[in-house]
Amino acid sequence: MSSRPSVAKTAVKHVTIAILMFGFGFAMIPLYDVFCEVTGLNGKVQAAVVKTAMEIDRSRSIKVQLVASNNAEMPWRFSPLQNEIALHPGDWKQVGFWVSNVTDQDMVSQSVPSITPARAARYVKKSECFCFEQQTLASGESKVMNLVFTISPDLPEDIRTVTMVYTLFDATDFATSQVVATSE
Amino acid sequence: MMTSATTLHEDHGHHGPAKGLMRWVLTTNHKDIGTLYLWFAFTMLLIGGSMALIIRLELFQPGMQLIEPEFFNQMTTMHGLVMVFGAIMPAFVGMANWLVPMMVGAPDMALPRMNNLSFWILPFAFGMLILTLFSEAGAPNFGWTFYAPLSTTYAPSSVTYFIFGVHLMGISSIMGAINIIATILNLRAPGMTLMKMPLFVWTWLITAYLLIAVMPVLAGVVTMMLMDIHFGTSFFNAAGGGDPVLFQHVFWFFGHPEVYIMILPAFGIVSQIIPTFARKPLFGYSSMVYATASIAFLSFIVWAHHMFTVGLPLATELFFMYATMLIAIPTGVKVFNWVSTMFNGSMTFETPMLFAVAFVILFTIGGFSGLMLAIAPADFQYHDTYFVVAHFHYVLVPGALFAIIAGVYYWIPKWCGRYYNETLGKWHFWLSFVGVNVTFFPMHFVGLAGMPRRIPDYALQFADFNAVASIGAFIFGLSQILFLYIVIDAIRNGKKATDEVWEGTEGLEWTLPSPAPYHSFSEPPEVK
Repeated sequence: MSSRPSVAKTAVKHVTIAILMFGFGFAMIPLYDVFCEVTGLNGKVQAAVVKTAMEIDRSRSIKVQLVASNNAEMPWRFSPLQNEIALHPGDWKQVGFWVSNVTDQDMVSQSVPSITPARAARYVKKSECFCFEQQTLASGESKVMNLVFTISPDLPEDIRTVTMVYTLFDATDFATSQVVATSE
Repeated sequence: MMTSATTLHEDHGHHGPAKGLMRWVLTTNHKDIGTLYLWFAFTMLLIGGSMALIIRLELFQPGMQLIEPEFFNQMTTMHGLVMVFGAIMPAFVGMANWLVPMMVGAPDMALPRMNNLSFWILPFAFGMLILTLFSEAGAPNFGWTFYAPLSTTYAPSSVTYFIFGVHLMGISSIMGAINIIATILNLRAPGMTLMKMPLFVWTWLITAYLLIAVMPVLAGVVTMMLMDIHFGTSFFNAAGGGDPVLFQHVFWFFGHPEVYIMILPAFGIVSQIIPTFARKPLFGYSSMVYATASIAFLSFIVWAHHMFTVGLPLATELFFMYATMLIAIPTGVKVFNWVSTMFNGSMTFETPMLFAVAFVILFTIGGFSGLMLAIAPADFQYHDTYFVVAHFHYVLVPGALFAIIAGVYYWIPKWCGRYYNETLGKWHFWLSFVGVNVTFFPMHFVGLAGMPRRIPDYALQFADFNAVASIGAFIFGLSQILFLYIVIDAIRNGKKATDEVWEGTEGLEWTLPSPAPYHSFSEPPEVK
């Protein structure tokens, strides 16, 4: 046991491990984002794509359900203009969501998308989405927010219904001029 | 067996402990600090136990009787936090302090001053946590798992005290773990190779590595909460681009290894006790070491089995399901080895052995319900029901806690130089054994029938089983007062213990006189 390290050396080594693990806790955040992007979980596959003509698969029609919901205490009115549309994969569609700030103050909102089944998320291509940016509405103001999207013809055959949920958050305290993290 | 102990005993008179209260405040002696840890843990056990009894009183009948739902939530939260971080973990650290140096032939812990600091942080951490009960905002009420956004957006203002409390206890645990690692790696007596170490030392070495790996992650997750609450970040706030599910991943990355932190030292204690009273060496020593290490490794890759219902992709659910089931293999090896140690042994059933045998049986029941919960599709039904409560109480109460109690009975003659009263010890065991099963077994049934956890009221059809569980809880809780009496009685009036304490004990700690002198192994013993 002559080559035994000293107590101080052992202690320093293990303090270093503890500090590295503290950093690892924070490193889990980008790792988690990467994981969600790869798997398409949490609607994280949301990068805007350039609207290009795709081959339209007219052999099948996908039922797309549009759902609007408000987070916790978000007081705005928020609903899709159509609850459901039919879409041939590859065909670009524009849909609208009506939103109204019914409060007596100006507010900023952020919509967070989620797609079910999660497997379908990576096939949904958006060229334009209100979720890419924060939306500011003055007190009493209403508007229709646009979403232009298609579903890639590569969508697995067994998926016949895709549900797109947008949850509206009060982002007044987090107002930024640039695009927030989820819609990068 | 060595005989160097008698010579060491002569030092004793000259370097005894200081007098008065300051002895305990300033002490750097591993035995004093071990004692402090154990009494602290017992105090926390009584506080956390009282909270459990308040919960069981409210649940004795359906409907709201005694307390407000808000206070009920504070009780479930504080019960969990106090028991996990205040009772079980410090009790194991206390045992490690007492035993690891004596078992490896070291004169003290490797870093005695840091040892003092690790302990004395704890009363402040828990003082801060428990005092929130008396604040206007009330104590934390978001469950011991403190899921965001319950613990951030919707938390009472006392959450900041909770966060600092967790930071402090995390620092204490990390320092304690580093100390144990340094003692084991650097201060072993000549000839004490790693594969000659008693299993309690082995399991603690592995536990200490788990602690330094995951306590910093816990510190990280509460730091993120602190920043979300006070500094406008959005780690867990979807409105600002964060994600509440991220909280669960980071928390359970800490939380799953944490449950093994609470059970591996228990495996170690039981592996010391069973061979003594079966009068046979431990069956499969090296397989025990490898099984412990495998469990520790697997504990890092199973965390999402706590989150099956959160919306994971199928492949992830399958991975975590199979990885979780894999843990049954090294655990099964351990149970097999304990049973094989007892097989054909000339067994006697003194109190430590009774608790150890009950540990093997009841921990196995908890392990089996864990396997049921590991089945992802079945977990969709069991999730957040009393079945989960039954499962983790079976592994933590007749698991971890029984092992601690067994260890106290087993080593107290060495610590204090006196035997406990065997008749009272057996009474304590049987009351605890019956109480614990009457409390937690019915919870399996109400859980499978759909009773949700953490709710102060329940549907009428669960009434009978809940009444039974409450009665069991009071039997179990009150019998721990008997434990307190037995320990005090042993210290004051117990029969003088021999140095060997139990017939044919093996290991360096039994070569010391009883009680173990204040300074032991100042000269390292020779290990054959």
